[in-house]
Order: sequence, then structure tokens, then C-alpha cells
Amino acid sequence: MAEMDTSSSGGHKKGPGVKKGKKLSTRIDLTPMVDLGFLLITFFMYTTTMSKPKTMEINMPYKDENIKEDEQTKIKASTVVSVLLSKDHRIYYYEGIGDDPTKPPQLNVTYFKPKDGIRDVLINKKKAVEELKASGALGAKDQVTVIIKPDVTSTYEDLVNMLDEMSINDIRVYAIVDITPVDKEFIQMTEQANGVQ
Amino acid sequence: MPKLKMPRKSTHVDMTAMCDVAFLLLTFFMLATKFKPDEPVTVTTPNSISEIPLPDADIMMITVDEKGRMFFSVDNVNVRKALIDNMDEYKKLGLSEEEKIKFAKGSSIGVPLSQLKSYLAADPAQQKEFDKTATGIPTDTVVTSDANELAAWIRLARNNNPKLRITIKADGDASYPEIKKIITTLEGWKIFKFNLITGLKAVPPGTAAYDIQMGKPAQQ
Repeated sequence: MAEMDTSSSGGHKKGPGVKKGKKLSTRIDLTPMVDLGFLLITFFMYTTTMSKPKTMEINMPYKDENIKEDEQTKIKASTVVSVLLSKDHRIYYYEGIGDDPTKPPQLNVTYFKPKDGIRDVLINKKKAVEELKASGALGAKDQVTVIIKPDVTSTYEDLVNMLDEMSINDIRVYAIVDITPVDKEFIQMTEQANGVQ
Repeated sequence: MPKLKMPRKSTHVDMTAMCDVAFLLLTFFMLATKFKPDEPVTVTTPNSISEIPLPDADIMMITVDEKGRMFFSVDNVNVRKALIDNMDEYKKLGLSEEEKIKFAKGSSIGVPLSQLKSYLAADPAQQKEFDKTATGIPTDTVVTSDANELAAWIRLARNNNPKLRITIKADGDASYPEIKKIITTLEGWKIFKFNLITGLKAVPPGTAAYDIQMGKPAQQ
């Protein structure tokens, strides 16, 4: 490319027959520059984090010690499914709130799975509530209510999956509640009955 | 027959146009790139169908790794500086100006306040090494207790920037009681609304959410 003319044949003499200095082209070879450009593009394309993380918004119920017992909203037991999250992603669920000691609830076990899992339980419950509403046993404003009680052995993933089921099944009323000793007993009893370690 | 003389074409292609395109794209990617902030721990978040994007600014992030260690971070450098000033004053940590600036420029913090001074005095490589074995920020279920340092961080950060949105980025394998501690701490400060960072997964067909997404009215 740009080379110096070192031949001393011509010298600085001017006149006919003297070779003219080579006229250099003003064009520059851009290939290396393009190479560099694309290299950097590739680098930036790989490092770019285009997809932003998504978030899930949760609203916890307003907790105030000053709210009196009788001012709290009451839910009807027939609309409620209580879900207990336990170890190994196991889910125990029962109908109702489970606060009646004379009638211990029937615990069922299920898992997070697309078929015959907790999702179907919720869908069925929704249908059942719709039917009760149609028959007049429940008021028009009553909705399926899910009470989520994660126990100490459950993981954060269980909780998020459960909350996700709420949005998947369009259940608007749900609450995350501390597990009660009674519920713990239920789990223990069920585990013993089924020989689960 | 006359000899047909083809004009000899140069094999050189004009690279200018290609160069232009390359650099245009380069500029675009350079401006669009946002480098991942240096996280002390890698966290695999669970997935959900929620599509709410994480806001750009005013974020307070509480990171929980699979062992339940907690890390705390605020995104804005100015807020971080004000936060550490207040924390220094409030807990009498005796930090030097240099250490405070180090804090403001750093990322997540996951050490108890008692170790904060020595942590900030260390160089970045040592800090990284320390983060591997760090205990995380001590948390408790009682918001007002002195042992609940997370509560102090949250309160001071919110004093500095009340608009801060609280996000929890926890590993799927983190145990629930750890998350519970954060939630009770937040509730103690009367914060009932916060975000959980999740990955994105597709809405399963045949469910209520799928119907809504497809524009069908929800059954209610």
C-alpha cells in the first residue's frame, strides 16, 4: 500500500522523461475496520441483557393490631380451600378453614403438575363455588378463597408456584397465613398414616 | 470480427457502506447494553406467568440465596451514600469517608453491621472471597429488635428515598422461614406491597389466565 519510493533513479531533476512520483490513491482499505466493527458488535450482542427480569407483585393484607376482631372480614367456609405447602414440594389441601375441632378436615395430597395436580383442585373448587352461587347457597359476591399456609420445610419456589397458580386460575382472593399447630398435626397424622418419612 | 474488449473491473468492493452499517449497529448495542451488576451470589429465581417488568430505577433489592443468606442493595449511588451516612450515624460504626464511598460504589451487601467496617476496608478481591462465606444480613421476625439489621437497612433506605420499590429476589430452594422473616420485617414497617422477582414462563393453555390473555372474558 503506502510505500515510499526509494529508487534514486530520478532524483529531483525535472524535465521530459523523468518519472512522475506515483500518485497514491486516496482510498483506504476499510476491510479491517469492518472486521473490527463486527467483532465489537458480536461482543456487545452477547453481553447485552435484553430481557429484563419480570416481577410478581404481592399485596399482603393490612396488618394492624388495632383492628378489632369483629371488624375483620369474614369469609364463608364453603368458599375456602386451605393449602398446606410441605417438604419435597408436597401440597396438602382441604376444604374449609379447618378451625372446627369436632370435624377434622380430610387432607388430600397433591403436587404441582399440569394434570391432576393442584391446578385441577382449584378449577374444580371454582366450579363448585359457581354452582353454589347458582343455587343460592352463596351470595353473588362470594369468591373462591385460597388460604396458603407454607410450613417450615417448604421452599420459596413452592410459594411462588402457589401464587402463580392463583394468577393462572384467576383466583383473586388468597392469603398467605402462618401455619397453625393444628395444621402441623394434620400433616403429621397424614404422613404417619401413609408411612411417609 | 472485431475483438470485444470487456472493461476490466476491479475486484475491490467499496467497504464504506458496510462499515457504516457495522458501526451503526455497534453504536446501538453499546447504548442498549446494560451490564449485569456484579452480584455476590448467583440466584436461580422460580418462574411465574407474571409479565410485570422490573422498574428501571428506585429499587431496593433483597437477595436471598439457597442457604437463606440475605444480601441487601439499593440501586442509586446517591441513595447508597446517604444510606451509609445514616447507618454510620445510627449504629455508630465509625466508618471513614473512604469506606463510605466504597460502599456507595459497591453492589449488594451481605455482612452483619459488626463486620461492615472490615469488609469495606478490604479490596474487591478479598470482598468477593468473603462473600462466599458471608453470613448475610441478620434478620429476625421482630422488626424493632436490634438483631434485625435488615429492618434497619430497609428503614433508613426508605427514609432516604420513599419511592423505593421493594423487590425480593430469592432462590427457589431458599426455605420459606427465611422469606417469612423478610415478609414480617416488611409488614413491621407497614409495607404490604412488594415485588418478587421471577423468571417468565408461558401461560398454560386451558386455564383462566390463558382465556384472559386470549381476550376471552374471564369466568367469574
